[in-house]
Amino acid sequence: MKSLAELQAIRDKARNQINIREEKSDAIRVLVGMATCGIAAGARPVLNSFVDEVAKRGLKNVTITQTGCIGICQYEPVVEVILPNQEKVTYVKMTAEKAVRVVNDHLVNGNVVTEFTIGANS
Amino acid sequence: MRELSLNVMDIAQNSLSAGASLTQILVTENLDLDRLTIEIVDDGKGMTADQVAHVIDPFYTTRTTRKVGLGVPLFKMEAEMTGGSFSIDSTPGVGTRVTACFVPSSVDMIPLGDINSTVCLLIQCNPDRDFLFRRQLGGASFTLDTRELRQVLGEEVPLDAPDVTQWIGDYLSEQTQLLFGGATS
Repeated sequence: MKSLAELQAIRDKARNQINIREEKSDAIRVLVGMATCGIAAGARPVLNSFVDEVAKRGLKNVTITQTGCIGICQYEPVVEVILPNQEKVTYVKMTAEKAVRVVNDHLVNGNVVTEFTIGANS
Repeated sequence: MRELSLNVMDIAQNSLSAGASLTQILVTENLDLDRLTIEIVDDGKGMTADQVAHVIDPFYTTRTTRKVGLGVPLFKMEAEMTGGSFSIDSTPGVGTRVTACFVPSSVDMIPLGDINSTVCLLIQCNPDRDFLFRRQLGGASFTLDTRELRQVLGEEVPLDAPDVTQWIGDYLSEQTQLLFGGATS
């Protein structure tokens, strides 16, 4: 059974490693389009996949958030990845599997997965 | 939408953009009466009676990027398709309550789907907001209230910390299994 006591243990553990998130200069942002169009096209499993993979790899500098509709509904699920000091990369028609590759190739190793970008799909 | 839980995610988004600090998601099932009710209650900025009348119109939206807003009309249609009902109560400055009532035995019923995943993601993506999720089956129910979690976690551990997200997910699936006697999730 999950209990609040367990949550207390998580808090105590986190207190010891709280400083890791402070470094904001290398912060990576992942934005998943979660408006009606994105959700209907399957954005939830994509977002889930990003969260799981980032947690699995223990990437502390990645923030995953949802965003609204950016106006290219036919390409949903759309994911934007913003690395510090770099131009935004827009991935289109994403799936949970593609998300894993974006985490591994782009977020970890810094290589844009060109074949999933909007440039390669329009 | 393939799952009603995706509609919930969509509708809850409106609550968040209305500046809600607490969004409640209440799923109530009554097998004897053949009813499933989904309520999304927020304490956001609310709407005027005129806006409420307009919001069920697919060609009404406060957004400026485009002229259509399909979230609410879709949800309404899905409820009414099963022979259920749909209503919005809103007071400016107080908040909004969206109530969708479904008839699960209808052939047009869309499955609720992975509602836990919806709740998890809403919390994960909006760690500065509070959510209350209650799932009720007949006389039994369970509740997840992020305000309680926040109290335990204190200020330095955010609700979107990976360990916390994991705990929330595990808690929800455990409670769902208990509620349904392990038969479904």
